[in-house]
Amino acid sequence: MTILIKNGLLIDPVGASESKSDVFIDGNLVVGIGKPPAGFKPQQTIDAKGYWVIPGLVDGQARLREPGQTHKANIASESAAAVKNGITSLCIPPDTQPVIDNTAVVDLIHHRNAKAGNQCHIYTIGALSQALEGEHLCNMASLKANGTIAFSNAGRPFINNLVQRRAMEYAAGVDMLVIIHPRDSDLYADGCVHESAVSTRLGLPAIPEAAETAALAKDIELVAQTGARTHFGQLSCARSVDMIRQAKANGLPITADCAMHQLFLTDHDIGEFDTNKLTMPPLRSQYDKQALRDGVADGTIDSICSDHQPHEIDAKLRPFPSAEPGISAFDTLLPLAIRLVEENILSIPAVIAKLSINPARILGLPAGQIAPGELADIVIVDPDAHWYCEGKNFASRGKNTAFEGWDFNGRVKQTLVAGQIVY
Amino acid sequence: MSAKNLQLDENGKLQHFLSIEGLNQQIITEILDTAESFTSVADRVIKKVPILRGKTVANLFFEPSTRTRSTFELAEQRLSADILSLNVDTSATTKGESLLDTIHNLEAMQIDMFVIRHKDSGSAHFFAQHVRPGVSVLNAGDGQHEHPTQAMLDLYTIRHHKQDFTRLKIAIVGDIMHSRVARSQIHALNLLNTAEVRVIAPKTLLPVDTESLGVQLYDDLERGLRDVDVVIMLRLQKERMSSALLPSENEYFNQFGLTQERLDRANPDAIVMHPGPANRGVEIESSVMDGNQSVILQQVGFGISVRMAVMSIIVGRTGLQVSE
Repeated sequence: MTILIKNGLLIDPVGASESKSDVFIDGNLVVGIGKPPAGFKPQQTIDAKGYWVIPGLVDGQARLREPGQTHKANIASESAAAVKNGITSLCIPPDTQPVIDNTAVVDLIHHRNAKAGNQCHIYTIGALSQALEGEHLCNMASLKANGTIAFSNAGRPFINNLVQRRAMEYAAGVDMLVIIHPRDSDLYADGCVHESAVSTRLGLPAIPEAAETAALAKDIELVAQTGARTHFGQLSCARSVDMIRQAKANGLPITADCAMHQLFLTDHDIGEFDTNKLTMPPLRSQYDKQALRDGVADGTIDSICSDHQPHEIDAKLRPFPSAEPGISAFDTLLPLAIRLVEENILSIPAVIAKLSINPARILGLPAGQIAPGELADIVIVDPDAHWYCEGKNFASRGKNTAFEGWDFNGRVKQTLVAGQIVY
Repeated sequence: MSAKNLQLDENGKLQHFLSIEGLNQQIITEILDTAESFTSVADRVIKKVPILRGKTVANLFFEPSTRTRSTFELAEQRLSADILSLNVDTSATTKGESLLDTIHNLEAMQIDMFVIRHKDSGSAHFFAQHVRPGVSVLNAGDGQHEHPTQAMLDLYTIRHHKQDFTRLKIAIVGDIMHSRVARSQIHALNLLNTAEVRVIAPKTLLPVDTESLGVQLYDDLERGLRDVDVVIMLRLQKERMSSALLPSENEYFNQFGLTQERLDRANPDAIVMHPGPANRGVEIESSVMDGNQSVILQQVGFGISVRMAVMSIIVGRTGLQVSE
């Protein structure tokens, strides 16, 4: 099948440019930009006048709840929600039930995705340690051969620093990316909110910045020691941004991301115990939010992920400390990205880069740009479509939004994955 | 939905009693005045008024309690309510029933008022958000957040002895971090424009930015007690030692225990209070606890009238003229 996308504003995150260029697709690939390749005859033409044409978004961390928690969501429901919201590649962290620590679980996930019609590219992040228990290494080479793209312990602790060092070294030895969510579980304790005047007023168990930064300092040292290529996921603190900036300046092979909601919300948004604002890591202060925005703008933070965590309604219908953390984030990822442009944090190509080519390069995925020879994962966006955010209308099965009642601009009109119109 | 407004209906009348924060001076004063009118009930031969006759009150204690629970029950009985008391820590929720289902099941029994104590901060707000309109929720202590009826009875006790809050210096001593009582007291004292609210505690028992609650911080008991009119001691729980917040009970007593010698730094007519249960020899010396400046047992008695007052105001009937 040949497709022509004409009259759109093509956003190129690689060249950091935008231009009125037509896109030519043949089969699963982009075959031309601007002018058609010789003899190209479109079987289908999409008129994108007034719309953006962007590469499909790459989400470095999204929980689809399958296997193990299909009462919350599943691969079919969430991959459909992803493509409806412009996300065409997504990475599942290893804390599924069972854990992604063996090839059978990886096969299961791909099988379920195939059954759901392969609407979206799904990649697995393997566990660094068996059952994420932090004691014994996983069969990383086998998991790599089976298509796993990186290894992580999903924020769970190792029994000691020696095991963490070995896990990072072994992953580096099989030339795999390590993903770390810096977290000191002792300092986290039973905390559920940022330690601040808000936690003091509400009497909620608090999580100090050091619960992240003390772990991050150690993790950075282990990168320096092992040379393991490492990505730091879902940073939340100003001091973390400083540490990453410094470590990059020292030449360490590291990259970092934050979750989109951390660029918009703070601990004050918790109000009077709003469980939809319960996240892990917690929403931090205004100061931290600004530092994360600065880090995104100056490149210290390379990419932004959704940290999508769909929940069944009951998971949030509990007193605050007993509710489950996480936000259903697919439906708000792109409109929040557009808001970063509206608030002059990033240009259009720059914000798209944070959500496409940058995570694709970090994770080594064949995605993130619209260019001849690349997979035709393409999203057509109406940037001016105005809408009012209500969780009940979400495409995701998780209705647990932290942005209820927000006014957004930007909606996906169409999504192509490998040259197929999936939405 | 703002929980601050959750407590008040559209006319500013109290419909739930969840936290002192979010209330106003007028309501606080109304509760204190009403409680005063109820103290005489305790002296009657028949200690009952029919204000809650025909109403059913459920006391749900998901955490153990002796004096709060028994004074609530007595207050309900004196108001002629029908009472259902559940020790929920040993019932349905341990069988996996969600808190929300527990609420709805009890509602199906036509409960008019819930008194709830739960380990989670915010649990009373949660209850209030999910009960049917017309059903009221009273917070008997939620996690480390608030314990508003305790603060009200403390205020009542202070007013009984001292009258004008705007001239008082009041010190709260001890484990502020884990104390729902302290949070409620601080908000309540500030609502009544108390001249100075001091907090005296070791650093590990103070939450961050404690000053933001509107208090002066002291880490030295002797300095902190100078010229105060009221000393409120807080209970020190043994688990504070095992969780490395303090080295030992003895070190705590040496630094922060209330002795007569230290109390003498305060004004000569200063009163000593404690929400109970007290640890003699840890946060307070026995001779002070039983001394003539102590009003600790009075607090307990006032707890009944204050809780009667809150429940009466919520049902919109505060007058005592209704008689059998």
